[in-house]
Parts: sequence; structure tokens; C-alpha cells
Amino acid sequence: MKAYSLFRKDWQSELRTRYAINALAMFILVTISVILFSIGTEKISEYLTGGLLWVVIFFSAMSGLSRAFVSEEERGTTLTLQLIAAPSTIFSGKLIFNLILVFLMNIAITILYSALFESFVIKSFDLFLIAFVLGNFGIAISSTIIAAIISKASSKGTLYPVLSFPILLPLILTLLELTKFAMDGNSVGDSWVEIAVLVCYDVIMLTASYLLFDFIWKD
Amino acid sequence: MNNYSLTLESVSKIFGRRLVFKDISLQMSNGNVYGISGCNGSGKSTLAKIIAGLISPSSGKITHLYNDKKIEPEYLHDYLGFVSPYLFLYDEFTAEENLYHFAKIRGIKINNSKVDNLFKLFNLSDRKKDILKGYSSGMKQRMKFIFALQHSPQLLIFDEPTSNLDNAGKEAVYKLLEEERKNNLVIIASNEEVDLSFCSSVIDVEKFKIV
Repeated sequence: MKAYSLFRKDWQSELRTRYAINALAMFILVTISVILFSIGTEKISEYLTGGLLWVVIFFSAMSGLSRAFVSEEERGTTLTLQLIAAPSTIFSGKLIFNLILVFLMNIAITILYSALFESFVIKSFDLFLIAFVLGNFGIAISSTIIAAIISKASSKGTLYPVLSFPILLPLILTLLELTKFAMDGNSVGDSWVEIAVLVCYDVIMLTASYLLFDFIWKD
Repeated sequence: MNNYSLTLESVSKIFGRRLVFKDISLQMSNGNVYGISGCNGSGKSTLAKIIAGLISPSSGKITHLYNDKKIEPEYLHDYLGFVSPYLFLYDEFTAEENLYHFAKIRGIKINNSKVDNLFKLFNLSDRKKDILKGYSSGMKQRMKFIFALQHSPQLLIFDEPTSNLDNAGKEAVYKLLEEERKNNLVIIASNEEVDLSFCSSVIDVEKFKIV
């Protein structure tokens, strides 16, 4: 409940300041437009559109999700948060905020993508949905803990993608594979190994994040 | 009456190669006001933050006891009210909204009569529906006291409590100090003589710099 209250505070603050929403919306529009312009009238393969979808999602996440902690650090309100809640509450609240943001962002990207790219055809929708949901959880968890780490650094902008890339790489590679399977029409049963990898990734990242956050948050 | 006490055992802090202070050992209990003094950059705020559990000491131990029961660092914020020049509230929210969100995040019910009294004491009643962005630095300082006292804490740490305040604001702080010293443990980090005059004992951080 306390974490939910922190999320509500962040959401109300976001609606007033538009720290992350504007950055994400602009980034999504610009990236998809650039891809459309660069392709022109050429036909690209299905697999390539599937790959490009996760490229857009990865870089959009890089542009907006760090705000959860960076905005607190920039406004000097980190100390205020330390004075009102336990570290686990703060991490949970920020994670809920990033989860909502990631889901909204990725639903918007996927809808835009489906409308604009003819070759982006998903034959196995249930498999794509599982990959999408588990992938979003993974991106939100990883982005939140990385945001907490980089918020203390002086060169936040550069550090975020640099740290995120190796941490998100196994997730993105698995998601690329599952998207390919979903485009081929494979069933969920045929892809259980990749789904298990996603579940393991999410569980490991969540556990590691909660264990690490106390040390990151103090000092 | 509830008992609150805190003990510092050989607390030292080093930033890189710079020794801030060494081997501070103290015992403090409620019903008293303690002062931390020292020139600019001497480590008053650092010691205040260490006592508040906001930063870790390089060595040494701090123990907070409430009714002889040890308070775990994770829950210290429930017992602590902290005012500092480094503390910032949310500028995009009104004073009321700030307090509403803080109470919800703390998991407590808002004590409306207490909050109203604090707004009255700090002369902010008619501005409580304004966003903090429009507040002057003195009004923001007054708001920090309301934030610090909203949850009726047993330990109050005031770092430079009267900075940015006009005479009326200072008077409100002194009135508050008189009230809070009766039951709670109050620590003031300041160089102002008037602020320190409320203290039963004062620690000069400068004296703990010898290697």
C-alpha cells in the first residue's frame, strides 16, 4: 500500500511535470519515423521488422525510464524520500511506476508498428503476448535498478545506455527469438525454453534488485 | 512518557582522504536539546546525517532505542523528523498535497488538527493550497518544519533551523523547540548563538579532528 502511494505521488507528479512521458512520446515518434523514412518504398523481411520493434523499445526505454530516480536526484528530493519510506518501499513504488510506463509505451509502439509496417505480422498471438508481458517486466525491473545506480553518478545520460546494454542484452536476444517464433506461428509449447529463460531473467533481476537496492540507496 | 535515547560509539567519518571527525562518543536522551557546533565545513551536517541514518559512518556504531527497544535502521524514518538546507519538498505540489502524499507513503492518517496548528504556527494557513514553486525560500523553510513534525516523531534533528527565516519565523521555531524539548529528543546543528542557547549540551565538531 505504501509503495502504491509512492507510485501515485510519482504519477501525479509526472502528469504535472511531464518529465518522462514527453521524452518517451517524442522518442517513439522520431524513431519510428526515421525507420519509415530510411526504408522508403523497399520491402523488408518479417524478421527484420520484428528485430526493429525491439530496437525501438530498447532505445525508448533508455530515453525515459531513468527519470524515476534521476528526477528525484535532480530536484534534490532523494533525501525527502529517504525520510519518509524504507528502501524496499521506494524501490517497489518506482518499479510500479516504471512498469506502468513500460506497458503504456510498448503498447503504443506495438500498435503504431502494426499499423505502419505491413510485414509485421504475428501469426501466434498468444506466444507474442507472453513474450511481450514477460519482456516488459524484465525491461521495467532492469531499468529501475539501473536508474537507481546511475542517479548518483555525475554523467547520468551516458552511463544509462552503457550499463543497460549488457544487462538487457540477454533479455532482448530472447525476446527477438520469441518474436521470430511468433511470426512463424510456433505454439507456446514449442517455445517453452525461451519462455523459461524470460521467467528466470525476471525472477533473478527482481531478487538481485531488492537485495542491491539498500546499498545503492544509502550514501 | 516514552523514552527515546541514542548512543554514538567511536563514530568517525572520512571523505576520501579528508578526515571529517574522529571517535565521537555520545549518549543522548529525550527531554533534552543537544547542539552540534563548528565552523563552516567542519562536519556538523555530516554528523547530523549520520545520526539520522542518512549516511553511514566510516567507523563506529549508532544505536537508537525507543522504550529500550532497538530501532532497526530501516524503520528509523518513522521516529525521525529532519530539517536541513539540503531538504527539498515537491515544488509541483501544493503544501497540502505534499503532506497528503507524505502521510500516505508513511502509511499514517493525516492528523488534521495537528497539521492545521502547524500551518498556523508557521503562518502558512492562507498559502497551503498554493504550489511550493511559488513559495519564497523562507516559506519553504517553514514548510520543512511542518513536514518534519507531521508524523509526531520522537527524534528531531534540525540542521541550520533558522536559515532563511525572518524574525517571526525564528520565533515560531523557538516556540516549537520549547514545546518539543518537553518529551522528545532534539538535536540542533547550528552556529547561531540563539539556536544553541536552547541546548543542554553542545558538541564542537572541531574538537574531534585530531588524528
